[in-house]
Amino acid sequence: MTASTPTASVIRPKRVLPGFGLTMGLTLTYVGIIILLPIIALVLKGAEVGPLRFLEIASAPRTLAALKLTISAAAMASVLCAVYGLLMAWVLVRYDFPGKRLLDALIDIPFALPTAVAGLTLSALFAGNGWYGAVLEPQGIKVVYTIWGVTIAMAFTSIPFVVRTVQPVLEDLDPQYEQAAATLGAFPFTAFRRIVFPAIFPAFVVGISLSFARSLGEFGAVVFIAGNLPMETEIASLLAVIRLEEYDYNGAAVIALTLLILALVLLAASNLLQARAMRYKGKRQ
Amino acid sequence: MALVIENLTRRFGATEVLRGIDLAVADRELVALLGPSGSGKTTLLKIIAGLDWPNAGSLTVADEDWLARRPQTRETGFVFQHYALFPHMRVRDNIAFGLTVQPRPRRPDAAAITARVNELLQFLQIETLADRYPAELSGGQRQRVALGRALATSPRILLLDEPFGALDAQVRRDLRRWLRHVHEASGTTTIFVTHDQEEAFELADRVVVMGAGRIEQIGRPDEIYDHPASPFVARFLGHTVELPVTLQAGRVQARGLDATALPRRALPDGPARLFLRASDITPVPAEDGRYRITDLASTGALLRVRLTESAGVEMDAEVPRRTATALAVGQAVHLRVQAGCVFVDPRSATAPPARPTVPADAPLSELKESLP
Repeated sequence: MTASTPTASVIRPKRVLPGFGLTMGLTLTYVGIIILLPIIALVLKGAEVGPLRFLEIASAPRTLAALKLTISAAAMASVLCAVYGLLMAWVLVRYDFPGKRLLDALIDIPFALPTAVAGLTLSALFAGNGWYGAVLEPQGIKVVYTIWGVTIAMAFTSIPFVVRTVQPVLEDLDPQYEQAAATLGAFPFTAFRRIVFPAIFPAFVVGISLSFARSLGEFGAVVFIAGNLPMETEIASLLAVIRLEEYDYNGAAVIALTLLILALVLLAASNLLQARAMRYKGKRQ
Repeated sequence: MALVIENLTRRFGATEVLRGIDLAVADRELVALLGPSGSGKTTLLKIIAGLDWPNAGSLTVADEDWLARRPQTRETGFVFQHYALFPHMRVRDNIAFGLTVQPRPRRPDAAAITARVNELLQFLQIETLADRYPAELSGGQRQRVALGRALATSPRILLLDEPFGALDAQVRRDLRRWLRHVHEASGTTTIFVTHDQEEAFELADRVVVMGAGRIEQIGRPDEIYDHPASPFVARFLGHTVELPVTLQAGRVQARGLDATALPRRALPDGPARLFLRASDITPVPAEDGRYRITDLASTGALLRVRLTESAGVEMDAEVPRRTATALAVGQAVHLRVQAGCVFVDPRSATAPPARPTVPADAPLSELKESLP
């Protein structure tokens, strides 16, 4: 398009809030240095070996065993977090009881506590002479140095994700939706299933995928309780550390890259699911 | 009677929101609960639906105790002020909701539900919106969908909370006419809450005026408009001018006031208060007038006349502008009154209360105007 009059000057729309250039610039710089560059370095390191060697490292029996353990334990931990996280969010939002604020604060402890401390505490508790172990081991249930121990450590560190993503959405949910459902004949469980759950579903998915991604990479809490027997209770991130200590940088990068790809695929899937669930927010005509 | 409420009381902590409500609504009737905010009208509506519970009193529908029923089995349709349409469901599914959650033995099959939804979409003139989400609808369209959802299960009583509160004036007028039509066609007993008297008077068969948790008056719209039962109702219905007067042999008397147009009242002699609408006062120029015009403002059709009495009392009168050419600022006038209502002054009232059932701590309700 050309200006129709010679005197016409381009009018640049002014933004109401100033500072876009500065804030955006700082953000991009920070993201670039802290997140993007390390990831690029990782990808380059992993790619150095070429596709064939990459597959060979990734499908070595010890690597496969570690990945399998990590993924299964993370999946079980996410299920635990999903069930109990939803329950906790519900209890914290829907009821008033003495000690509610204390319980609410307790939820954040897994975030605040150094994960190694959590791992040590859990292994002490579940060890044969610990409080839980003393009860469980005579029943033939062994937790320490098994996949169950790994699962529990992962669940411990990721439970806040589900609670803290679902809680605000549940709080903002207008009680009128449930009241409307009640006058239309829906009893509480039906109202939950048809009205409340779809409303919190997107946040719930985010919480679960975050807790899964965190479980995939959890290191500190897990290594103390897992026992780290190669082929049995060795998690993928520990194997990467072992490869590093053996000066096998490419091997470490391949394992790390595999974990990264898994996490990205998962987050993409979760975003897709969310977008589907949020379709109704639609565009106003 | 379809619905009978007796002595219903509701307290929130120390606040009494409903202080003994007695109300009977007939089958197929359209009743408006009219009152300012805080008068308890929405609470009453929620109690009928089962979304709130009274502290005392009874509520029956066709002689059956409805307080024993849960909201799910009360067969009421409730339309919320902001509609509360389920945001993740299309219009079609919103309307079908009440049918799909019925217990299995009573639930219609999928084809019957679709048929009923289509019938409602057509009836409410919203067929084109069937596959939209609530976020894609305008306020008036949402209102229609909300009504469709409430009507889908053929409720025995339809309850609407400020049905037009969130809409602009033109949509309001259209929907009002449309709702009247829907009521006549569906024949559902309907109770709606509003704070807009025009809305209540235009739509309702009967209007229930509520104030501070009590029913102040129940009657046909014209009856209430012409004969407010209490100073509260008078004020609420626009009698904004209040004058101290003296009653003598049933006639209103005050200096500078010509009230001969008012009918005689069977009220005791003594001090009283006269309640007037601005449009019922005509200033008449007079040499010895007690009132003085201090300001004139035209609204186009009307001339608003600001009047000040020598004692400092101020009031507004409204006269048709074309007939009021003789008025000027600074002029002395006396007032001719076309209509108004008189209540014995509460501070000097010695007469026994007109309704002996009303407790003694209810000054507003004691003052019942004796109709001519």
